Amino acid sequence: MERDQEKIDSFTRRAFIIGALQGCALTVLGARLAWLQVVEGEKYKTLAENNRISIKILPPSRGQIVDRFGVPLATNLQNFQVLVTPEQVESLEKTLTDLKKYISVDDGSIKKALRQAKQKPAYVPVEVRNKLNWDEVSLVELNLPKLPGVSIQAGDLRSYPYKEATGHIIGYVGRVSEADMVSSAPLLAMPGFLVGKSALEKKYETVLQGLPGKAEVEVNVHGRAVQELNRTASIQGERLVLSIDAEFQRFAQQRLTTERSAAAIVMDAVTGAVYALANHPSFDPNIFSGGISAMDWEQLRDDPAHPLNNKVAGGLYPPGSTFKVCTALAGLEAGVIDEHTTAFCPGHYDFGNNRFHCWKAGGHGTVNVVGALAHSCDVYFYKMSNAVGIDRIAAMARRLGLGDSLNFDLPETKAGEVPDIAWKRKQRGDKTWHPGETINASIGQGYMLASPLQLATMTARIVNGGKSVKPWLAGYAGNKKIFQDEARDMGINPRHLELVCRGMEQVMQPGGTAAAAQIKEPGMQMGGKTGTSQVKRITKAERASGVRRQEDLPWHLRHHGLFIGYAPVDNPRYVCAVIVEHGGSGSGAAAPIARDLLLEVQKRNPAVKEMEKT
Amino acid sequence: MAIFRSSLFSEDMSILGKIRQIAWGQVFLLCVYATIGFLSLYSAAGGSIEPWASPQIIRFIFAIGLLVVIAILDIKWIFRIAYPFHIIVILLLLLVDIFGHIGMGAQRWLDLGVIKIQPSELAKISTILCLARFYHSKEVSEAKQFKNLIIPVLMVLIPVALVVMQPDLGTGLSIVFGGVAMLFVGGVSMWLFIAGIGAAIAAVPIAWQFLHEYQQKRVLIFMNPESDPLGAGFHITQSKIALGSGGITGKGFLEGTQSHLNFLPEKHTDFIFTLWAEEWGLFGGLFLMAILGMIILYGYWISFRCRSQFARLVAFGLTVNFSVYVLVNIGMVMGLLPVVGIPLPMMSYGGTALLSVMAAFGIIQCCNVHRDARLPKGF
Repeated sequence: MERDQEKIDSFTRRAFIIGALQGCALTVLGARLAWLQVVEGEKYKTLAENNRISIKILPPSRGQIVDRFGVPLATNLQNFQVLVTPEQVESLEKTLTDLKKYISVDDGSIKKALRQAKQKPAYVPVEVRNKLNWDEVSLVELNLPKLPGVSIQAGDLRSYPYKEATGHIIGYVGRVSEADMVSSAPLLAMPGFLVGKSALEKKYETVLQGLPGKAEVEVNVHGRAVQELNRTASIQGERLVLSIDAEFQRFAQQRLTTERSAAAIVMDAVTGAVYALANHPSFDPNIFSGGISAMDWEQLRDDPAHPLNNKVAGGLYPPGSTFKVCTALAGLEAGVIDEHTTAFCPGHYDFGNNRFHCWKAGGHGTVNVVGALAHSCDVYFYKMSNAVGIDRIAAMARRLGLGDSLNFDLPETKAGEVPDIAWKRKQRGDKTWHPGETINASIGQGYMLASPLQLATMTARIVNGGKSVKPWLAGYAGNKKIFQDEARDMGINPRHLELVCRGMEQVMQPGGTAAAAQIKEPGMQMGGKTGTSQVKRITKAERASGVRRQEDLPWHLRHHGLFIGYAPVDNPRYVCAVIVEHGGSGSGAAAPIARDLLLEVQKRNPAVKEMEKT
Repeated sequence: MAIFRSSLFSEDMSILGKIRQIAWGQVFLLCVYATIGFLSLYSAAGGSIEPWASPQIIRFIFAIGLLVVIAILDIKWIFRIAYPFHIIVILLLLLVDIFGHIGMGAQRWLDLGVIKIQPSELAKISTILCLARFYHSKEVSEAKQFKNLIIPVLMVLIPVALVVMQPDLGTGLSIVFGGVAMLFVGGVSMWLFIAGIGAAIAAVPIAWQFLHEYQQKRVLIFMNPESDPLGAGFHITQSKIALGSGGITGKGFLEGTQSHLNFLPEKHTDFIFTLWAEEWGLFGGLFLMAILGMIILYGYWISFRCRSQFARLVAFGLTVNFSVYVLVNIGMVMGLLPVVGIPLPMMSYGGTALLSVMAAFGIIQCCNVHRDARLPKGF
């Protein structure tokens, strides 16, 4: 107990020392407060009254986006907004009602302004209306003395002259949301400031945003600006030059409108430059610029053809017979087949207890690899598939760009699926890979999923002599080159590539599956491969009773039509991939579109013209 | 595990009996103090309950509940977990340094999916608990020995090093202050202290090298605020103008021109004291400081009534911790100390700080409730 007492004494002594020190500190602080507020109070009151220099942020103009020839695809229009600062009004409702005497403001905007005023600190101005015309601006300006707390701000409104045609490439801008507040930059907190929400506007936000300026403004006691003292101008965001050919893009968009839902991409087989990337239906990004109305938004969101989805980069489909070029190449590289290897097609292939059908009921007879591609004979690929093996087929698919997002510029890009044994174990938790699944995969059905962007890349890598080209959209940001056009040789035997190309040539020759879609102009002729991917499986009963014609099925159950193509045949430069959703067949629906696009791009020949730099 | 379950709430007292033992006077003072905070946040938003005052009020109500729950926990249980808790906190700090969520250029948060925790806040409490446990079992003569200095110093320096690496100099310094005070009242010999302070002064030039450029700049500007009136010195100058212009009676609630015209930066966080004193003047400022002084005195009073050395040290250390924050923040806004980015606990907007301060007061109350409890000796 004595020891405890010793401990308590030691503690108490020392605790008193610390307590006393703190008491002194608190006294010093109290004295300091009195000094500042009483003795120096007058001095600081004068300083406070003179303290009228407020620093205002000047938002930068967003960088332009132009096509490869400098044609503007995204620019800025001047936009006048009416703002109200809640702190400076007696009653926000009353001010808004007063404002309605001069300009039209709908009830939705008033509700929105009142809601925003509740969520933000009262000194942050809220937007009441934008897109004022000159008459409205002058009317409000004239009556400002009667409208305390109201101010007019000139800002930028993003404008997209090509409307629907570039919606999926450029994307759109919108108000800063919680998720966009990655930094506490005061710029992002400014009312009406816009940031990229999708596609290139989002991807290149930091490049396009620019640097804010600063103005030192003298304000009166109510906080209203009296005089500007000093100004550092803002710096506009950098100009982004794209690989797109705007007129050709418009042409492609127009061409797709014959279908209910379709997507197409045309790119350079050598450099990877994308000349056109079109989706139909599309959306007009201009409707997002001033804030989209709820009705427009619901309409876009609920449309069964999904106009907001970028099907070229983010739409995944079983590649169907277009994938046969990859299977053929895998077989050639593996040494399982060569140009002389033939197979007999009776119209079906029996494996185990299963019968795998060729699309042509009577069969193709004896075919070699070129003929098998030209006629799209399924049985030829069924027969070689298990000798090659799924792992080698999948490896070739990956080399050709499938199952990879390819570092493409659009954030909407999806990687797709290239199944093999390891994939199935990981994704499906299933260790056994069935030979039947390899048979399905050999004709691009089953688990395999690819986007039109990947199919175009696959085609490019075959026809350019086996170079690992990658598609890109953004070429230059300011003076800086940001695209990657260096492709390395992937080490595929040129004779094998040649053989696959011959097969694709024959597709477009009399007897081939898409002969009717061949380009007639001399020197511009094309090669390609059709594909039809099943949406609904053909049942045994249906096969027995005669397969129903695609036209007789409801739209959403019809097959997707696919086509990959390139031109000109003797010196391939342009490749294209087309999907017509529920188009019935590749040859009927997709090939004619590909023909028109490849003909037009050859006529315009953007590849030989120099690209615009800033 | 049986120990944990059986002794989480001790059997000597009923829960109701324990609640009656809480020093409600201190809780009342905390409520008064928090109300001053709500009024200031309401004013900071230009006379609006959103976006700051209402979340803060909700958090405070929750925090009062937390305080009561902690207060009725059995102190033996807190005593037992003191060491393991400190080790866990150190591991969490390591995790933050390695994987921490990056926000505001510094890694302080650990995202556990459901909740985000800030281990540096926990470290302030765990260091105190750990040191209290250590000195609880040491006699006065043992505490004076040099060999018994190494372990407690490591208990402080390891978390401090990890917190400073985040980098969070303010919290690091406050752990050092709390730790030094604990070593002092724990009974480390006087001459060692004098030598230690001498060594610390000698180490200043070396420590200077390790500061970030922005931290160096803050200190330099503190020495001479007029050197940069529109840049970083702006904060101090503007805060002094706002305080001084408040005068004796203040400009009135919601009438603070400097804060409302946005000349005062960070008015809802670090500079909230300035906002209060501009609007309520010297009277308001001194009233607030008196409330704070009473809260702190209450803490010391609780510490003095405790029978066990552990409870004494815990109540004392946590009170010191709170007062260090208060003194440094108020000193900073008055231009007496460099701008180190330390908030005024509970008044500044922010949920984590509020909860951790109230949790600390919960532990202080727990010491009060169990002031007669006997705790075992031994490491």
